[in-house]
Amino acid sequence: MATDNLIEISNVDYWYDKRRAILSGIDMVIPRGKVVAIMGISGSGKTTLLRLIGGVMKARKGEVKVDGKLVNKLDSAGIYEMRRRMGMLFQFGALFTDLSVFDNVAFQMREHSNLTERMIRDLVFMKLHAVGLRGAHRLMPSELSGGMARRVALARAIALDPMLMLYDEPFTGLDPISLGVIRNLIRRLNDALGATSIVVTHDVQEALDLVDYVYYLSDGKMVAQGTPEEMRAMKEPLVHQFVYGEADGPVPFQYPSKQYAEDLKLGARHHG
Amino acid sequence: MAERAVFSVRRLGHTTSDIVIRLGYAVRFIVLTLLHSGTSFRRFGLIIRELYYTGVQSLIIILVSGLFVGMVLGFQGYHTLQTYGSESALGVLVALSLVRELGPVVAGLLFASRAGSAITAEIGLMKATEQLSAMEMMAVDPISRVVAPRFWAGFISMPLLAAMFSAMGIFGGYLVGVVLIGVDEGSFWSQMQSAVDFREDIVNGVIKSVVFGFAVTWIALFQGYDAPPTAEGVSGATTRTVVTSSLAILGLDFLLTSLMFRGI
Repeated sequence: MATDNLIEISNVDYWYDKRRAILSGIDMVIPRGKVVAIMGISGSGKTTLLRLIGGVMKARKGEVKVDGKLVNKLDSAGIYEMRRRMGMLFQFGALFTDLSVFDNVAFQMREHSNLTERMIRDLVFMKLHAVGLRGAHRLMPSELSGGMARRVALARAIALDPMLMLYDEPFTGLDPISLGVIRNLIRRLNDALGATSIVVTHDVQEALDLVDYVYYLSDGKMVAQGTPEEMRAMKEPLVHQFVYGEADGPVPFQYPSKQYAEDLKLGARHHG
Repeated sequence: MAERAVFSVRRLGHTTSDIVIRLGYAVRFIVLTLLHSGTSFRRFGLIIRELYYTGVQSLIIILVSGLFVGMVLGFQGYHTLQTYGSESALGVLVALSLVRELGPVVAGLLFASRAGSAITAEIGLMKATEQLSAMEMMAVDPISRVVAPRFWAGFISMPLLAAMFSAMGIFGGYLVGVVLIGVDEGSFWSQMQSAVDFREDIVNGVIKSVVFGFAVTWIALFQGYDAPPTAEGVSGATTRTVVTSSLAILGLDFLLTSLMFRGI
């Protein structure tokens, strides 16, 4: 049923320069309540896809539908209206460095609601409690570790109980403990809020342990999709190399270059 | 040879079109800032906070520089005036130099290097660390929430800083001329009072400082907002703010002075 899908993307193309497509012919469906990963190596177009869903950029061709609304047809007021029901966790948290932890989490509540300061205080403490950092509400972002900053950013992203959570590389640069905490929080918050989550990542094992479904992008095209088990068992060489982290394969180890001998001028020496 | 000529012409064309495009962006940016200023005035606390950072924190450098510039004017003015036996006009010389020219120009240059560079670096770093993108994703427009309050704070604080610079400079001139050298205090103040015209001198000086405040804040905000989101990009933008603002102040000063002196 169409209404069961929060996000429907059909035949989407995106490019900066028409000769070099960033995304082409993307079809994707994300059912409500699920945690879905968009995976692929760096430069495969996964962050661009996330931005198309968030309305930061508009698809050049095709349709991006979020909760039944065509994102590429919305004006800026419509996009802002839609974003009030979205939360996004940025790669390094993107906390406002001039505001305390408390004020960061309260930011959206103050901007978008007429709640009293007392109610905001209670809500902020509830959100911080959910990520285990109620005791850190007075700290400034510069006083937080990377993992803590990511958790505060998560509390800020869920401030208005979003229907859709977008995670841009949530595991990058975290120690194993913080990584586990963030991974558990993504699942727990998704289920507690009744939200839908999209995780853009290239951290394979964490993602496969966490999500319900995986879309795999390569060079701007959707080359594979399936449940984590299906992805692990997949024979498709690109996916296999990615899932098992093999150094060489369809994605070559060497950046395209001239012949090695030519770069070392071995030919010239032989003749000289 | 012909190929090189074509290459040079093409590069010239690219550079020119880049400049025109950036100017277009800058104009669009300031128009958007002015149009999205409603939030700043509805929540005046946002402007007050920025007034503290751009205005109050610039006070020390403005006041100290004003004092020194005034004291130098006192020495130099006395030295020149006594040659013609008119050292009693020292107050006029100090006051007119400061109110008409040095106050707005030097305060503007100091403002550009103290507050302008800070604004560019702050906004550039906010962009580089995705804080502006995060704000947009939270359905909060960074132009109205971050840019507009800083613009109005700069616009308001610049004339006030220039006025304080001039006042401090006059005090510096008094210290050197009257207290140190011994010029007659009565003639120092009375000649100043009768010679300085409110409309011709003070208002014109205030107009200059308002224009400089607009220009410096616009340049600083645009450079920050437009900076490439890297360490190198932000440092380049900060340098460009100081250089462009300083040139803009001096160029605009010439333009405004020639317009103001047209009737004389």
